[in-house]
Amino acid sequence: MKREVNTEAAAEQEALAAQLGESDTFLDKMKRMAANNKLAVFSAILILLFLILAVLAPVITPYSFDEQDLLARLAAPSAKHLLGTDELGRDVFTRLLYGARVSMAVGIIPTVVSMLIGVMLGMVSGYVGGLVDSVIMRLADVVLSFPSLLLAMVIMYTLGDGITSIFIALAVTNWASVARVVRSETLSLREAEYVEAARSMGVKDFVIIMRHILPNCIPSLIVMFTLNVPSAILSESSLSFLGIGVQLPNSSWGLMVNMGRTYLYNAPWISLAPSAAIMLVVLAFNFLGDGLRDVLDPHLKNS
Amino acid sequence: MDEMLLEINHLKSYFFTRKGVSPAVDDVSIRVPKGKIVGIVGESGCGKSMTAKSIMDLLKYPGRVVDGEILLEGRDLAKLSAREKRKVRGEDVSMIFQEPMTSLNPVVKVGKQVREAILIHQKISKEEAKKRVLEVFQQVGISEPEKRYECYPHELSGGLRQRVMIAMAMVCRPKLMIADEPTTALDVTIEAQILKLIKQLCDTTGMSCLLISHNLGVIAQMCDYVYVMYAGKIVEQGDVFTLFDHPTHPYTKGLLASIIHLDQLTDRLSTIPGVVPNLMHLPAGCAFCGRCSEAKEVCKTKKPELYDLGGGHAVRCFLTGEGKVSNE
Repeated sequence: MKREVNTEAAAEQEALAAQLGESDTFLDKMKRMAANNKLAVFSAILILLFLILAVLAPVITPYSFDEQDLLARLAAPSAKHLLGTDELGRDVFTRLLYGARVSMAVGIIPTVVSMLIGVMLGMVSGYVGGLVDSVIMRLADVVLSFPSLLLAMVIMYTLGDGITSIFIALAVTNWASVARVVRSETLSLREAEYVEAARSMGVKDFVIIMRHILPNCIPSLIVMFTLNVPSAILSESSLSFLGIGVQLPNSSWGLMVNMGRTYLYNAPWISLAPSAAIMLVVLAFNFLGDGLRDVLDPHLKNS
Repeated sequence: MDEMLLEINHLKSYFFTRKGVSPAVDDVSIRVPKGKIVGIVGESGCGKSMTAKSIMDLLKYPGRVVDGEILLEGRDLAKLSAREKRKVRGEDVSMIFQEPMTSLNPVVKVGKQVREAILIHQKISKEEAKKRVLEVFQQVGISEPEKRYECYPHELSGGLRQRVMIAMAMVCRPKLMIADEPTTALDVTIEAQILKLIKQLCDTTGMSCLLISHNLGVIAQMCDYVYVMYAGKIVEQGDVFTLFDHPTHPYTKGLLASIIHLDQLTDRLSTIPGVVPNLMHLPAGCAFCGRCSEAKEVCKTKKPELYDLGGGHAVRCFLTGEGKVSNE
C-alpha cells in the first residue's frame, strides 16, 4: 500500500519535473529549439554546410583555386564549371569554396577574440568604476572615433597583408563596441538586489562578476556575436576589395564580388555567386542567434 | 540585562551629494541582545535601511559611515580588513531583502544560489553542501525541497522566493539576521507565514534578528524591543509593551493613532500632517516640530536629547522625561 503511494508520488514528481524544465541540459534546450524554431535549425544546418564545404574544398572540387583555363574564360555555368568561370578562366565554384574558408575564419576568430577582450574590459569597467572605468572607456572612445574601416586599413598597412593581420585588425576595431554594451549591462546589474544579496553573503567581487553578472549578459552577447560575425565577414570583403586584405590569386568572397564587378553585365555569375553566399551566411547567423537567445535566456523561458 | 550581540554606538552615515551633506543616519545607538528580535520602525526615508546597510557595510557611493562604532560581540566591524568583513557577512550576520523577486539571480537555480552561500564560508564538498541546503529548505518550510532545489527563481511564488532568501540567510547559521522589510512585497497571508517562520527560527536557533519595518502591526507581533526612527534619529525606544501601551513621543503617538481600528466607526482616518523634512535642511530645533501638534516654543529653537525614562524606555522630546518643559 505504502509502496504504491510512493511510486505514484514519484511519477507525479517526474511529470512536474518535466513540466518545470528541470534537469534541462544544454542538449534539451537545443532539442526544444529544434522543435519550435525551424528557421534556426535550417540556419544552423546551412552554417554547418558552409563549414564542411570550406574544410573539404580540395576533396569536393577537381580544380585548384588558381587553376586557369584560358580557353574557357567567362564561361557560363555548365556541368563542367558549376558556377561558370571568371575572366581568367578560373572555376567560380572552386573559388567560392576556398573563399568560404577565409570568410568563416574571418567571421568567427576575430569576433571571438574581440568579444573576449570587450567582455573582460567592459565588466571590469562597469563593476570597478571610477578611474579604471574612465581610462577604459576613453580608450574605447578613441577606437570608436576612427571610422572602423580606416583604423583596420591603418593596422593592415602597418602589419602587412595576410590573414593574421586581418584577424588582428578586426579584433582591434571591434572590441570597443562590445565593451560599451557589456559595461552598461554591468552598471545596471551591479545595482541589482541579488548582487547586493551576494555581497551581503560575503561573496568575492570576482565570483560576483563571473556568477551573477556574466550569465545575465549572455543574451545580449549572443545577439552581439551574431551581428558581429557577418559584419566581420563584410569588413574582410571591403579590405580585400581595397587591395589590402586577401591577395590574388588567393580567394575570398569579397574579393570575388569586387573582381566580378567589371563583368557584371556579360558574366554576372562571377559576382552573384559569392554575393549570394555572403547573404546566406549573414542571414543564417542572425536567425540562429535569434533562436539561441530564445532558448538560452531563462528570462524568456516558458513564454 | 541580556547579553548583547550587537551594539551600535553613535552611528553616523551621511550621503555626500553635490547639493550638500544629508545626514541619513544621525547619532543612532541600537542594542540587539542575544536571541531577541529588535525592531526599527519609521516612515520611508527615515534611515532604517541605511542603518541596516551600515552594519553590513553595503552603503553605496555617495553614502558613507562617518562616525560611530558597530560592535558585534565586542568586535568593531569597521576595523576589520576586507577579508574579515567578508567572513562576517553571511557567517555571522546575514540579510534578507524587501523584494524576493529581485534579490535572487534570475539565471541561477535557487538551490545553487543557496549552496554558493555555504561554499563561500565552509570547506565542504558540493554534495555535503547540497544536503545542508535541502535540510535548511525543509527547516524554512519549503515543501519538496529536492524539486525546488532545481528551480529557477521565476518558477517560484513570491512567498517561496522569500523562503529561499531566508534559507540563504540561515544556511551558515548566523548569529544575527537583518530583515529589511521582509514582507512588504508579499500579501498578508504569506506575510503572516513568513513572520511566523522568522520568529520560530529565532526561537529555535538562538539567532537574533534586527527587523526593519514600517508596519507597526508587524513590529508589535514580532519584536521584543523597538526603536522608532524619524529623520535619521531615534525618537523613542523601549520594550514592545511599554512602547505600545505608553507611547510618549508625539510621533509614536501619531503612528499608533493612524492604525485603522475596525471596531470603531470613523469617517476619516487619522494621519500625521505634513511630510518628513528634507534631511539637508532640517529645522533648527526638533526635526518633528513642524508636524507636531504639541510643539512648544523651545521645540523650534533647541534640539532635544534622548531622555531616559527608566526601564530602557527613552524618548527624544522636550515634553517628557527629565528635560520636561513645563507648560508655559
